[in-house]
Amino acid sequence: MVPESYYTALSAILFTIGVVGVLVRRNPLVIFMSIELMLNAANLALVAFGHRFGAADAQVLAFFVMTVAAAEVAVGLAIIVTIFRLRRRLSVDELSIMRW
Amino acid sequence: MDAALIPLLPLLVVGGTALLVIVLDLLPPRDRKGHLGVVALAGVVMALLVSLGLWGREGRAFRGMVVLDNFALFLDVVICYAAALVLLLSTDYLRRNDGERGEYYILVLLSTLGMVLMAAAADLIVIFLALELMSLSLYVLAGFFRGRLAAAEASMKYFLLGAFATGFFIYGIALIYGATGSTALDRIAAATRAGTRDPLLLVGLGLLLVGFGFKISSVPFHMWVPDVYEGAPTSVTAFIATGSKAAGFAALLRVLLSTFKVSQPDWTVLLWVVAVLTMTVGNVVAIAQSNLKRMLAYSSVAHVGYMLIGVVAGGALGAGSVLFYLLVYTFTTAGAFGVILLLERGRREAVDLDDYAGLAGRHPVLALTLALFLLSLIGMPPTAGFAGKFYLFGAAVRSGYIWLAVIAVLNSAVAAYYYLRVVVYMYMRDTEGLPTGPAPSFAGRLALAIALWGIFQLGLLPAPVLDLAQAAVAPLLR
Amino acid sequence: MEHVTLLMVFGLALLVAGAMMWLPTLLAPRRTSAAKVEPFECGKDPLALPEGRFAIKFSTVAIFFIIFDIEVMLIFPWAVQVRALGWTGYLAMLVFLGVLMLGFLYMWKKGGLEWD
Repeated sequence: MVPESYYTALSAILFTIGVVGVLVRRNPLVIFMSIELMLNAANLALVAFGHRFGAADAQVLAFFVMTVAAAEVAVGLAIIVTIFRLRRRLSVDELSIMRW
Repeated sequence: MDAALIPLLPLLVVGGTALLVIVLDLLPPRDRKGHLGVVALAGVVMALLVSLGLWGREGRAFRGMVVLDNFALFLDVVICYAAALVLLLSTDYLRRNDGERGEYYILVLLSTLGMVLMAAAADLIVIFLALELMSLSLYVLAGFFRGRLAAAEASMKYFLLGAFATGFFIYGIALIYGATGSTALDRIAAATRAGTRDPLLLVGLGLLLVGFGFKISSVPFHMWVPDVYEGAPTSVTAFIATGSKAAGFAALLRVLLSTFKVSQPDWTVLLWVVAVLTMTVGNVVAIAQSNLKRMLAYSSVAHVGYMLIGVVAGGALGAGSVLFYLLVYTFTTAGAFGVILLLERGRREAVDLDDYAGLAGRHPVLALTLALFLLSLIGMPPTAGFAGKFYLFGAAVRSGYIWLAVIAVLNSAVAAYYYLRVVVYMYMRDTEGLPTGPAPSFAGRLALAIALWGIFQLGLLPAPVLDLAQAAVAPLLR
Repeated sequence: MEHVTLLMVFGLALLVAGAMMWLPTLLAPRRTSAAKVEPFECGKDPLALPEGRFAIKFSTVAIFFIIFDIEVMLIFPWAVQVRALGWTGYLAMLVFLGVLMLGFLYMWKKGGLEWD
């Protein structure tokens, strides 16, 4: 049996990787993937804590997080596709009209 | 009607209208969608009336996850006013920009639904879902004019930073759940009162505050504000500035004042610093802006700083004056963006300061209206801005935060400079042969009239509304 | 003991799948053409430059797929507890699916599924 602290530690690591990824990477798609990593880190923590308390509400919340993540993917991809149509390359640095 | 559904009534009205508009959008006529705006407006006004009619009622639904109390109802009124003003301003604006599509009204209604749900949320899960419903709709709305690169980039920037904030928010919820074993606000409050000093809880609250900081655009999480406000369609900018801020403050106040009351010394210090930084950065950077939309964006950041003063002051007076200021701010900001939106000439919006040179000669009524809104943003009596600031700063003094009030007053003086500069441009400069734009539509004039009525009603007779606002925060302070 | 049957199922599945891949090499006639020997890439020219054309329609379909993919995930927990949740749960699920169907109808009527 793997102790619960392993899961929370892993989720903290994943979350940190996600945050660093958002701050360091310049490609919107990669930033977006890092954000998804943050959400999944939260899911892992939720499921681990839910196991500790023996309650289902954290699991339910994890479902909602997944749903919201999917909605974010839908909206995010749509926005990125729109930009791609208007401008053939994709890098945050090249969003030149407005400063980052 | 089933009594269990009464707490959900404002939500059901807004959500039902959204579904109705989806159906109507599929029916003919294909090329004209103005009638959808009328339906959406009717729904929002209905929700406003329902909220007013339910005043004083209390109830819970979905096992206590959604709550109906005066706090939620007061914010429903603020949000519905914001949505109604935005809808009134939108119809004509969309038609002129070839953006008249049914999706616009659907998205405005859905994000309104998210805001209303956020005001009524009594569980972190619901706050999270409501926040996302509101934000996802706004991301799309920000890029609604598809052919414009600036709009698309604003939309993407808003989306990436908003989703980033969501990541913090949900991880904060996970940690709080880990510390207390619940996501329900009252159960978390009970756990904190029982003396849980788990470091997990404080870290979780900190992450939650980062998420809120993005949504209400406080320093240091304000970097998306100027770009998004500038790039988004002006009607959407007005909605982001008013509605989403009201919803963000609603959830923030509920979480801080009722759930984390025990940790008040911890977050008060933090918010004191954030409030000072927010208003100072907002005002100082706003001076350097020559684009009116950007200037108002930074000014809105500064106003978030003022409102945070009320949160720091706490109590019925502090929190009540935040609610009052949210209402004042909604009327004033929606009105100011409304004038900008109506001044558009030949498919180009009048956003540069030079566009306002001699406006008083070309559009005397609009110039006067904009001047009044700017005076309210400065906080001149007898406009609502004065009353709002008076109560906020007064609450700070009453709670012993003298320095905070002093800094805020100094900031207001700085802010007066860049607002008055616009007024000077309008009244003291020559026209320079600029053409006059189209006459504002009836709906646009109606929106400005309502906003003007709001700032004078609240400016001349503030006491009754302030009493209501203080009654509204009472459920949080029990 | 029950795991043995599971193993047998896996074995059978491997056998069938393997046979279906192997049999055509024995039975099928071989007639090659230029189009057939090209590496297969769905929907676009496999030898084009990476910076070249990009069928944006794929991402649109992917977006719609995600939404209906997630919908199933929300139905599973309800299906597991369907008796315990009773008619209230059933009604709630009907409302959920009704809203979802409305969204689907909207997407369909707005031409979201058209492949130009």
